[in-house]
Amino acid sequence: MIIRLQNLLSVVMLSGVFSLLSAGMFVTLDAVDVAFTEAAVGAGLTTILFLGALALTGSAEKAPRQRSPLPLIVMAVLAAILIYGVIGLPPFGSADAPAHRYVMPEYISGTQTQIGIPNIVSAVLASYRGFDTLGETGVIFTAGIGVILLLRRRLAPRVSPPEDDAG
Amino acid sequence: MTGIDFILAHYNYSASIILMALGFYIVISRGNLIKKIVGLNLFQVSVFMLYISMGKVSGGTAPILTGKPELFSNPLPHVLILTAIVVGVATTAIGLALIVRIKDAYGVIEEDEILVMDRAREQLDARSG
Repeated sequence: MIIRLQNLLSVVMLSGVFSLLSAGMFVTLDAVDVAFTEAAVGAGLTTILFLGALALTGSAEKAPRQRSPLPLIVMAVLAAILIYGVIGLPPFGSADAPAHRYVMPEYISGTQTQIGIPNIVSAVLASYRGFDTLGETGVIFTAGIGVILLLRRRLAPRVSPPEDDAG
Repeated sequence: MTGIDFILAHYNYSASIILMALGFYIVISRGNLIKKIVGLNLFQVSVFMLYISMGKVSGGTAPILTGKPELFSNPLPHVLILTAIVVGVATTAIGLALIVRIKDAYGVIEEDEILVMDRAREQLDARSG
């Protein structure tokens, strides 16, 4: 549906709905923090950014002139390789998967004794892996600066710049 | 484990891969730049799903301490994906800002038309220079 539609407004709306549904799926997978971030940022903020960009660029996609089979082939080959790679992975929901064995028990026991807050995700995010979060803040800062620099030159020559929410 | 059982036990990976392939297909097959970014977002969400589903433990609960000994899902992928979601929005914002500028400079946001204009410009430059 998202692939075929040529009205970009519908495409953006559908991708927002998809994002919200995926947030619901994250709740069922026990990732509540991720779910509300996805709902707020993925479904909310991203959709607003897209709508802002659509308002500035127009929302009709031109029909593709010739269909080449090449992208389809590339996609199928890639998917086949990745699905072949699944053979080596642990089954869904298994408690003894390698991902759960190394630092995870330490984080869970350490959150109680070292950090003292109930939410393990917050403890890992802000304390154990605080430098990751610092780097993330750096990325967002850089992106904000980049958006401002890109859009400021555009708005400069106008007499009254319109309200611009793409940043 | 036989074929059907194996597929059923690993359906989360297959679902992520199918979504990822669809997102990738949008990126490489569509000329409209905004649609490419939508495809990129689809790709991203599929990767989020892959990580979160890997962190799921059957019978586990959300990783919030309640005082009782419980089985938790793995909090580490959740943390990584929280970071990734926010970084994803940052890259989307940059991409859209670039698209707005491209629209100003070229008047279109279709990749093939932009390429045609670029080639015409190059030929002009070559002739005059």
